[in-house]
Amino acid sequence: MNKAYNFAFFDEGSKREIRRATLKAIAIPGYQVPFASREMPIGRGWGTGGLQLTLSLIGKNDVLKVIDQGSDESVNAVSIKKLVSDTTGVVATEHTCDATLIQSRHRIPEVPLTKEQILVLQVPIPEPLRFFEPSEHETKKLHAEKEYSGAWLMLFEQIMNYGTMTTDADHPVMVQDRYVMAPSPIPRFDNTKMDHCKALILLGAGREKKVYAVPPYTKVVSLAFDDYPFKGESFENKHCRLCGADDVFLDELIDEEIGESYYLCNDTSYCLEMINEKKLAGVK
Amino acid sequence: MGYVAVKGGTIAIEESINRLTSERLQKGLVLDIKNIEAGLRGLIDQVMSESSLYHETLAALAIKQAEGNPEEAVFLLRAYRSTLPRKHYSKVIESEEIKVERRISASFKDIPGGQLLGATTDYTHRLLNFSLMNESEKEAQEWLSKFNEEIGHNSEKSEIISLTFPKVLDYLREEGLIAPCGNNDVEPHDVTRKSLEFPSSRSERLQILTRGQTGAVTSLAYASIRGYGAVHPTVGELRVGQLPIHISHPFELGEEEDDYYIGEVKVTEVEMLIPVAVEREYGEKDLDFEVGYGLCFGQNETKAISMSILDYSLEHPNHAFPSHNEEFVLYHIDSVESTGFISHLKMPHYVTFQSKLDSVRKTKTTSKKDEVSMVEQSL
Repeated sequence: MNKAYNFAFFDEGSKREIRRATLKAIAIPGYQVPFASREMPIGRGWGTGGLQLTLSLIGKNDVLKVIDQGSDESVNAVSIKKLVSDTTGVVATEHTCDATLIQSRHRIPEVPLTKEQILVLQVPIPEPLRFFEPSEHETKKLHAEKEYSGAWLMLFEQIMNYGTMTTDADHPVMVQDRYVMAPSPIPRFDNTKMDHCKALILLGAGREKKVYAVPPYTKVVSLAFDDYPFKGESFENKHCRLCGADDVFLDELIDEEIGESYYLCNDTSYCLEMINEKKLAGVK
Repeated sequence: MGYVAVKGGTIAIEESINRLTSERLQKGLVLDIKNIEAGLRGLIDQVMSESSLYHETLAALAIKQAEGNPEEAVFLLRAYRSTLPRKHYSKVIESEEIKVERRISASFKDIPGGQLLGATTDYTHRLLNFSLMNESEKEAQEWLSKFNEEIGHNSEKSEIISLTFPKVLDYLREEGLIAPCGNNDVEPHDVTRKSLEFPSSRSERLQILTRGQTGAVTSLAYASIRGYGAVHPTVGELRVGQLPIHISHPFELGEEEDDYYIGEVKVTEVEMLIPVAVEREYGEKDLDFEVGYGLCFGQNETKAISMSILDYSLEHPNHAFPSHNEEFVLYHIDSVESTGFISHLKMPHYVTFQSKLDSVRKTKTTSKKDEVSMVEQSL
């Protein structure tokens, strides 16, 4: 453990300040709470919002899991885990169900979360209305007045142009019938996991200096029209080449030998658990 | 197999960091912090200014660790700054108290107190000085003692002599050419403790400008005076010098003389004059001067001048020009923020890309269906 710094890197005053913003965010689901946002020892844009939330919340008895693009071993996940362990001595796990605190970039784990867990998502652009309104001053007003015609129009225009909604990751959601929120660039596949999720979901944008939250059991609905319903990414007739799962988000890869594409679970720890379970069942 | 690329991140990172250290040490020479402090004044000043942390030795350490890359050095110091609690706030500083090492005015041929060129590269010819290739410390000592002899006193003495000057702008105020303005000692906002909200206050704007990336601040100010803006400035006064800093007694309410002197910071200060047309009664117009203000840690003259231009631009919003739009300027000039977000593009994005692929494929199948139905209709 690195003793040159305070527990969890920050001084206690800074941690308290972040927690205050977090409490406000939980009290107003989907509302972006501004916070001071310190500069971190990792790049601004590399998960500093999520990291600040994690560091402000972590205690000695927590068990931490960090994933990036679904992988525990991805370089940035490793780097964040290393920084947190170095400054707290907290142990990390790869098992989703063992973790009390999960920091993730661009994915919600496949294993359903429980009420004992907190999911921290890293957010690049917290403002769902930014694509059609560059000014922060203006978007704040739009949220205050619940004036979301721009968000609906954006989807409508996509349907007019392409015959379908063409959002990829970060498809906007309506939180508890009040705030339109950017769920962070999780695939559309994960949007439904936010709805009435048992765990507390916190979203942190370090560079943009915003914290927002989806408290447990909150209604989260992806924006869509009655005649053009919301659809997640489709992996029809595809399954993981290693564990066989067909109800999860898959990575598309190319087998260089046969020159064909194949699929693997994106959530690597889930895939390993599935393989191990199968092996155990086979032994019996 | 796909997992190979994703597994093993821990070892790969360690090896990459080893590789980085080897790049720094490869030639078997170690750069002394003292040498950086002694010889890289310009870089130290730039790094301290962009970091909002005034500490020459730490700046030198950051420069060493970053192998001289300013964006990386600023990043290191900002991250370190995040861990420091605020123990004291300084007393209000009057910039007249600056101990001037250099002051010039472009507005007047002569100014009260005179022009003082001080140390500047402005009048050097930028010809590579090849004799520096083999400069020895002995030569340096000789040059120094001769220099000190020539100015008639030793270097210790010259430090004692402090120079304060009247401000050029005060002269114009007395003449009635600039509107008088009183002191505004309202507690400034602190952008590192509370995030920026719009419309911003002037104290917030000045803080973000002074810690902005030198190149970014300069480029936007350049755009503003070249054509994408409406500022035609003249340097009223530019000063470089030391500003003394005081704090009051931490526990007792005392008189001013009980304040503690905690040191001084070298700053560059610019007061820019900008002529503006002011409408009087019956549509008559007058020309007046307005002031743009710039203040940076260290000797950062181009940046301080640019800051004063942008200070004025942002005081006068104009939707025709991005350099007059506070969100455009203030959100995009921070070194750590801009380099962080640009560099994050190097991170893996395969989940979001898979999602994008799905969208693209979907539009292709929909458009195929449309074509088929159109063909059917035409039949």
